Amino acid sequence: MATPLIVSEVAKAFTMHLRGGIRLPVVANVSFSIRAGECAVLGGPSGAGKSSILKMVYGNYGVDQGQIIVDHHGQLVDLATANPRTVLAVRRDTIGYVSQFLRTVPRVSALDVVAEPLVARGTARDEAHARASELLGRLNLPERLWSLPPATFSGGEQQRVNIARGFITDHPVLLLDEPTASLDATNREVVISLIEEKKLRGTALLGIFHDADVREAVADRIVDVTTFAAGKAAA
Amino acid sequence: MTDEPLLRVTALSKYYGSRIGCEDISFDLWPGEVLAVVGESGSGKTTLLNCLATRLLPTSGTASYRMRDNQWRDLYRMSEAERRFLMRTDWGFVHQNPADGLRMTVSAGANVGERLMAIGDRHYGNIRSTAVDWLGRVEIDEERIDDEPRAFSGGMRQRLQIARNLVTGPRLVFMDEPTGGLDVSVQARLLDLLRGLVTDLGLAAIVVTHDLAVARLLSQRMMVMKDGHVVESGLTDRVLDDPRAPYTQLLVSSILQV
Amino acid sequence: MTTAATEIATYNFAYLDEQTKRMIRRAILKGIAIPGYQVPFASREMPMPYGWGTGGVQVTAAIIGPDDVLKVIDQGADDTTNAVSIRAFFQKVADVAVTTETAKATIIQTRHRIPEHPLTAGQTLVYQVPIPEPLRFLEPRETETRKMHALEEYGLMHVKLYEDIARHGRIATTYAYPVKVEGRYVMDPSPTPKFDNPKMHMSPALQLFGAGREKRIYAVPPFTRVVSLDFEDHPFEIQTFDQPCALCGAEQVYLDEVILDDKGGHMFVCSDTDHCEKRQACGHRGHLAPEALEPAQ
Repeated sequence: MATPLIVSEVAKAFTMHLRGGIRLPVVANVSFSIRAGECAVLGGPSGAGKSSILKMVYGNYGVDQGQIIVDHHGQLVDLATANPRTVLAVRRDTIGYVSQFLRTVPRVSALDVVAEPLVARGTARDEAHARASELLGRLNLPERLWSLPPATFSGGEQQRVNIARGFITDHPVLLLDEPTASLDATNREVVISLIEEKKLRGTALLGIFHDADVREAVADRIVDVTTFAAGKAAA
Repeated sequence: MTDEPLLRVTALSKYYGSRIGCEDISFDLWPGEVLAVVGESGSGKTTLLNCLATRLLPTSGTASYRMRDNQWRDLYRMSEAERRFLMRTDWGFVHQNPADGLRMTVSAGANVGERLMAIGDRHYGNIRSTAVDWLGRVEIDEERIDDEPRAFSGGMRQRLQIARNLVTGPRLVFMDEPTGGLDVSVQARLLDLLRGLVTDLGLAAIVVTHDLAVARLLSQRMMVMKDGHVVESGLTDRVLDDPRAPYTQLLVSSILQV
Repeated sequence: MTTAATEIATYNFAYLDEQTKRMIRRAILKGIAIPGYQVPFASREMPMPYGWGTGGVQVTAAIIGPDDVLKVIDQGADDTTNAVSIRAFFQKVADVAVTTETAKATIIQTRHRIPEHPLTAGQTLVYQVPIPEPLRFLEPRETETRKMHALEEYGLMHVKLYEDIARHGRIATTYAYPVKVEGRYVMDPSPTPKFDNPKMHMSPALQLFGAGREKRIYAVPPFTRVVSLDFEDHPFEIQTFDQPCALCGAEQVYLDEVILDDKGGHMFVCSDTDHCEKRQACGHRGHLAPEALEPAQ
């Protein structure tokens, strides 16, 4: 089975120049891979570096050491060293991301927010809107909200917009940062089934789920982040 | 995205006597890409912008631009006629103060139409309908087409300046603190409008700003400047979420949280 | 008296010294070589205020010779103060023959009109120009306007015409209407009514323009294309008058409105006095001409 994402010996520390240059190690020696159709869940307590790993894989955090190899259109790209343009191309076509919070843009409707990743990849606006409507419908977002900018939505509503936006494309790799945190039971079930569908389609998923029920339901494998604790590697 | 950049900047330096304006700046800009240049006053970001827009001649270094015919041209070796033609057709320049970029004593319609007339459009009706269309795109009521920008609010003036620049379908737009003098609410509207236009038209842009929110909203990539040098550059969200240079960390941590 | 007059110092022929005339002639030649281009020149103080035609007077002084016949018009009239003074000036300093007849003149200095009688080869029309820069209306910087001329960036000229149409529904500029000379330079034809613009096109006469205060000379050589700027959907048009000259009955000429009393009485008469008098001498009569009035009185 294909392995679209390989993380190898990645290390990350924050250097706080404003606090006398102290160095805060986050993780070290992070190594794991995810196969197509598999959902791996980063496990470990808060502060273990789960979010940082996810952000490094998305190119949102810099990587100090190691490699993050992703299969981008059949080419192996190392996100740890890729230039910004490559990272943007990878994000557009290969790695999707459902963040914890929606960064809202004023005056853009929920439907457009969701459809945007498809439009960016060249899908016709009508078709993208149709797909977006379908997803928002499945996630039970009231239809009267679709044409409104999500800035004023509740946390749960915003999160569902965010989930729809992340799931609308067929990126081979999908990163999920607590997508169910502010959802009710019904919508959690919807997300679980969306994840199942992705797995069946061969998407490699990497996620953080604090909700044990969801984690149980979707995880094929737990990647224990505590084994990557920076102190441990140094020891 | 095409395989070739639109603008190539190599080791660009500008000195004012012995003082550094900006030093050893190199980067490529691709079509459709928005680059934010951030830094405080005196960091050299405006000097860099003015050098790139050929409003200033750098002391050393080169900047090459890929023309519409795909020929690469050295910006500092072009004839003035070519450069001025480029500036009013394939480029735009949005000034912080709209009065610097507009003709304050001619109507909004003529401000938008001037570039069209400059490239030989001689049909009044067509010029006017294009102006109407562009006023609509920058959310200025069509009824204001014959009013002078003197009668416009700051936000409207800035939107008019943007329309005036974009009417010829430029591929590269320089912006110097485009939201600088505006109220916060007006800023948000302008930014959102700009973001939409940049995306819809596939514009490449170099935006000089000291406002990191502007950079975050508009740009994919950013350069952080201090004392004439680029201290950090990269993907905008990477630089803002994981700042590495001491100065960038200071900038990011100085943002007031609302 | 006569003996004394030969001994006291007199003015140089045509007032200006020979070196100055030479300098002005060089500017004129350059202007002729580059039709429509504004040539800077070292404008002199003249014994009349700026705005009274010092530019035109210097040009005339530089080209006039003892054999020339001079006509001077102001708004088409030979008998206004300005015209009379300048004519008297050249009679005094150059001792040349003067005339009011367009056909007999070799040099015609004008303010604001081109005579109705067609000019012929060998004649020179000298325009008095207040503001030579057609782009000045929208661009105050001389450095910038010079660059715009050099690079043929004339979009701004159409901005002015656009503004006219936007405000008035048509091109409302009626005088100093910009023209393009020989397909190259945009030129201000001086504040002549646009009615006269077509007369500049392919004229057999030499046309010289002098701006004394602004220190510029420009020229349109004989048989040069002079095209008035316009829009495709708002083409250039000259003024038309819905009645003929009240004195001579002429049509298709430029008319001035003359107020007759303080009760709103007025008439339209030829602006070109010479043309009007010639026609009246030939027996043409308008509805308010003296002979026509008499029976009513």
